[in-house]
Amino acid sequence: MGHNGKMIRKKDLTFLQKSYIPEILKGMRQTIAEMFKPKFTFRYPEERFRPNPSFRGRPVLVQENEVERCVACGLCSRVCPALAIEVQASETELEKERYPIKFEINMVRCIFCGFCEEVCPEEAIVMSNEYELVFSSQEEALFGKDRLLKSAEELKPRLEFLRLNR
Amino acid sequence: MAKITIDGKEFDVDPKLTVIQAAEQNGIEIPHFCWHSKLSVSGNCRMCLVEVEKMPKLAISCATQVTEGMVVKTQSDRVLQARKAVMEFLLINHPLDCPICDEAGECKLQDYSYKHSIGYSRFDENKVHKPKRVELGPNVMLDVERCIMCSRCIRFSDEIAHQPVLTFTQRGTHVVLTTFPGTKLDNPYAMNVIELCPVGALTSRDFRFRSRVWEMSSTESICIGCSRGCNTYAWVRQNEVLRLTPRLNEGVNSYWMCDAGRLNTFKFVNSKDRLNGPLVRKDNELVEVGWDEAIARVVSELKGFKKSEIAGIGSPFATNEDNYVFQKVMREVLGTKNVDFVSHIQEGDEDDFLIRSDKTPNSTGARIAGVRPGEGGLDVTKIISGIVDGTIKALYVLEDDIAQDPGFAAALENLQLLVVHSPVLNKTAEAADVVLSCSTYAEKNGTFTNFLGHTQRIRPAVATQEQDRARDGFAMSRWDKFASQNDRWGRPIKKDARPSWRILTALANAMGAKLRYASSEDVFKEMSERIGTLRGMTYLRLGSLGQKVTEVEKLTPQAISA
Ligand code: SF4
Ligand code: SF4
Ligand code: SF4
Ligand code: SF4
Repeated sequence: MGHNGKMIRKKDLTFLQKSYIPEILKGMRQTIAEMFKPKFTFRYPEERFRPNPSFRGRPVLVQENEVERCVACGLCSRVCPALAIEVQASETELEKERYPIKFEINMVRCIFCGFCEEVCPEEAIVMSNEYELVFSSQEEALFGKDRLLKSAEELKPRLEFLRLNR
Repeated sequence: MAKITIDGKEFDVDPKLTVIQAAEQNGIEIPHFCWHSKLSVSGNCRMCLVEVEKMPKLAISCATQVTEGMVVKTQSDRVLQARKAVMEFLLINHPLDCPICDEAGECKLQDYSYKHSIGYSRFDENKVHKPKRVELGPNVMLDVERCIMCSRCIRFSDEIAHQPVLTFTQRGTHVVLTTFPGTKLDNPYAMNVIELCPVGALTSRDFRFRSRVWEMSSTESICIGCSRGCNTYAWVRQNEVLRLTPRLNEGVNSYWMCDAGRLNTFKFVNSKDRLNGPLVRKDNELVEVGWDEAIARVVSELKGFKKSEIAGIGSPFATNEDNYVFQKVMREVLGTKNVDFVSHIQEGDEDDFLIRSDKTPNSTGARIAGVRPGEGGLDVTKIISGIVDGTIKALYVLEDDIAQDPGFAAALENLQLLVVHSPVLNKTAEAADVVLSCSTYAEKNGTFTNFLGHTQRIRPAVATQEQDRARDGFAMSRWDKFASQNDRWGRPIKKDARPSWRILTALANAMGAKLRYASSEDVFKEMSERIGTLRGMTYLRLGSLGQKVTEVEKLTPQAISA
């Protein structure tokens, strides 16, 4: 657009250009060629993407022998640049002495940076392969221990990936 | 005076000092674990090694006296190397407990690991294991693995608390700190070893795992447990006080405070019994109402009494400002001379160190502020008998549970009107016609004057409904700074409470007076102009450590009322 709102053209288009036919043919050629190449898209939600272990999905807590590995040290909470994690410690009879009586991640705050996973001294919080996060209210986005705990068995690929890439 | 050179700078120092003291006085920090300015020199941690010219070996600066012409180097290669070696030895058997250790974040060993150690471990062997979770006494927990054998706690118990129950057993890397058989660390000052311990070997059983230290804000405050008024920090997270720790003030409490003050003076601030707004009696029930309604009710009821039928009970728990406005409103607005306060003396519960038998922070302050009977006015005893014989019909009580006193307890039901300022629903409040929910000491500005006349400030650490941490200049943790309504931790409980001086100012103005106090500082300004003993004091001058009032010896009750 020019400064007074009129279209500016260097020179008038040729007849063929005005007809758009060569451009349409170009586009058709691309489309037909793509039809014979392998597909990258999924028919979501019938088909789902299965991320490999390097993927950073929502953070979860590792559960082993019925208890969380977490010792409620609060380092993940401190390192989290978005202040998404709230931890309240309490005492347990187990050797680890402390455990999180409350552990909450605000999934609206979380930015999936993986810092919590990196800082955790216990390998107790890891980035899972889950990426489907839908909420209809802010309250629903506060994930407590009930939704955060996952068995170490289930998280094995990620835990192994972390060990290999330390 | 002796002339010494430390790190190339010359200083004139007292020849009785040790090198570490001389350096400290001149702002040079020499790292140390076992040395403490209030304890005897033990010299066992070896962290304070320095190089002294003409001495063949490095010397521990805590046990080396300065001499004329001494040349000390605290940053030479030999010294730095020695520090690294000491740190490496200390860490050989130290557990990797920081994630579960309450000391983390305020740990000397952690800090020195960053500053003075090589940053990694060369030690592959198994660490020595020792007892963990040992209850040394009712308030102190011991983790022997974390102990670095500095002996500070042992020396404190011997030399300051005079309860020599701690000792080391075994030798070398197997040293274990323990109590003598059949004894417990249960002296009234036991918890001071928690701050003294440079590591997380000694921790508080009360505060255990409540919070990480970096999640809290700390605010300078004063203990209200007795008339010593020990200086404290109030540690707050999510608008809740989680612990008190002593704050250095050589004029009052030095580095220490007693366990009772530390444990029993903050829990009511966050208790479930806290009132949330004023209460007014309607059909024999106390119901919550708004401030305007409550104050209007007090005004209309008070108008029904003669001046001589009204009495006011001030409070040694309230600040000087609250007491001053209280007695002013009683005298000048309600026109009564019957003003006094109830003492809370626990005979015998006193020692020659800190603890005082007067279990309130401010009796001296209440007297200075003028809470005492006027010419021909009634004192506490006569007010009680006045209530009993019906000559006193209306009583206004400031921040004190007077129903604990059997005399008052029996008399209160004779009253036609009882108005009470209280933060909680205590016995006196239960008997009241109007309860005005007032702020606690942790929620307001003000001053207390201790038994020595030391006048010190308190500052708000917990926000009430009308306060905002950012707007009102509170100490803020990182969580306070970034809280939002969408975080559960961003919606802490705030109570509807107001400082007593403000409630009284509103009441007086509703009765036609023209008081113009906008802050407790305004009240204090007027006090310092009108009350001789406070002359020249301002909040700014009081600062963190407070000031002594002039002519303390004239502060006996008789002298003041004269
Ligand atoms: S860093 Fe790990 S151990 Fe510490 S609180 Fe977070 S999840 Fe728990
Ligand atoms: S004492 Fe200090 S270094 Fe040792 S575990 Fe506790 S915080 Fe860590
Ligand atoms: S418990 Fe603490 S204060 Fe006592 S000797 Fe050990 S490290 Fe020192
Ligand atoms: S001595 Fe008194 S003021 Fe000091 S901590 Fe104990 S109770 Fe509080």
